[in-house]
Amino acid sequence: MTARPHALAPARPSALEVERIRADFPILKSAPGGKPLVYLDNAASSQMPQQVIDRLVRYQTAEHANIHRAVHTLSEIATAEYEKARGKVARFVNAREEREVIFTSGTTEAINLAMHGYGRKFIGAGDEIILTTLEHHSNIVPWQMLAEEKGAKIRVVPIDDSGELLLDAYESLFSERTRLVGVTHVSNALGSVNPVKSMIAFAHARGVPVLVDGAQAAPHLQVDVQDLDCDFYAFSGHKLCGPTGIGVLYGRAALLERMQPFKGGGDMILSVTFEKTTYNVIPQKFEAGTPPIAAAIGLGAAIDYLARIGMDAIAAHEHDLLAYATAQLERMPGVRIIGTAREKAAVLSFALDGVHPHDVGTLLNQDGVAVRTGHHCAQPVMQRFGVPATSRASFAFYNTMAEVDALVAGIRNVQKVFC
Amino acid sequence: MADPKSLYQEVILDHNRKPRNYGTLDHASHRAEGRNPLCGDHLTLALDLDGERIAAIAFEGESCAICKASASMMTANVKGKTVGDAETLIREFRDMATGQLDTGRQAHHLGRLTVFAGVRDLPTRVKCAILPWHTLHAALHAIADTSTESENDPMHAPIGDA
Repeated sequence: MTARPHALAPARPSALEVERIRADFPILKSAPGGKPLVYLDNAASSQMPQQVIDRLVRYQTAEHANIHRAVHTLSEIATAEYEKARGKVARFVNAREEREVIFTSGTTEAINLAMHGYGRKFIGAGDEIILTTLEHHSNIVPWQMLAEEKGAKIRVVPIDDSGELLLDAYESLFSERTRLVGVTHVSNALGSVNPVKSMIAFAHARGVPVLVDGAQAAPHLQVDVQDLDCDFYAFSGHKLCGPTGIGVLYGRAALLERMQPFKGGGDMILSVTFEKTTYNVIPQKFEAGTPPIAAAIGLGAAIDYLARIGMDAIAAHEHDLLAYATAQLERMPGVRIIGTAREKAAVLSFALDGVHPHDVGTLLNQDGVAVRTGHHCAQPVMQRFGVPATSRASFAFYNTMAEVDALVAGIRNVQKVFC
Repeated sequence: MADPKSLYQEVILDHNRKPRNYGTLDHASHRAEGRNPLCGDHLTLALDLDGERIAAIAFEGESCAICKASASMMTANVKGKTVGDAETLIREFRDMATGQLDTGRQAHHLGRLTVFAGVRDLPTRVKCAILPWHTLHAALHAIADTSTESENDPMHAPIGDA
């Protein structure tokens, strides 16, 4: 992870502060299946604090109009708030410039934007793209589509039994034809934190740009795109306590300027005639049509909320939760933890002997414990570990040690049912 | 197992632990393979028809407990029955699992298979319970492969994915 020194680094939150934080999240007081909710599916989507909900309500109540278009006051307010959110995102990932932040519908669209805008223009027949076994399908499938269209090749970095990338193999995959590296910062299925900074340095020494899938990292680590020196960084709002339907592609300005537009439409043009259309400058070149204005402003509010707690404090608390949960599960007979990388973030994937993960998920749900079961849109990882699916508990800063205990008790119940 | 509303009743757990008709047939007139790509459930079904009667039936595969128990109870139920009777059970089971047949109020032939009625409240698990029936339907209609995600499958019912 890249740690950026903070002038006013907040202290690690105590248990008491976690209780105070939990009070901000109305859904954590709910009991959707009749049992108090123990929400451990944060890697799929995190919950939204009242502050963000209130911001969305305020926007829709008093500030909504279409942006970048009209001269009336409401449109100017909406435009200013939308652009303010872009500035918050830029500071959140330490981008050099606000125009390097492109709003998308989520990580998936951000990666597709990079594929269409960069890949289709600069990657051709016989060229090679390096991906890793740990990628989410959303950082595999767009590149496969490109490879099929252009006749390019995909090379895949393998992992070891702990779920760490084999860096020697990574380096040996480079050739004269390598045109792009796509790597996830944190594995969604296993939690492995990849050494993206050194991987980027290696790629750059060979003139190869790197796209980092930050969907699982942005909610848990202090992300600094300048320190990482990545060319693209993609992430989603809804995993960051923000709304669904909003995500970000950070891109180095010089690259974004050379890229072709992804979607055509309004707002992404300077002038249109039937003879010739001149595209707008970045970031507008990549934001055709009316964007999810409310969601972008909600994401800005979520970033404010996280910044008040402090990403370092968040990472520290989640690390404690993960360490506690890992120690508990390691002691349980019949439980196998899948993914034991030295550096992990907030994800605990596991398998129970003789019990299919879907049965685990359904039974844990009866105890109010929400986990994800399935292949986590990472089938190559499942194939590597020889399992069709896993159960995955994933933590957020608002989770407690008591919730880890509830997970452990739930797993014991599952084992009792199947014994 | 405390919750009486739970799908994981003893009869289902028992069929999961000791599946009936598990294995393969030396001689089979019909075979089909069923897959749920979303969760990895996979089973193969073999049956031997004697005229219109299902003389022998067997299944094997890797799946969750709901799918395996459903397959086990299905084979036990359709063995010795006619193709027409099996088709009736396939239809009724699917309707029960998708909430279109209220087994408490409407006539049916499902017998103990009603232990799976609770699956209708678990949309993500409906396909687990239906997959074996799906596969039986495919076998009877000489469709070699079936998938819960196949668009042209006559058993296909749009249900939330994993």
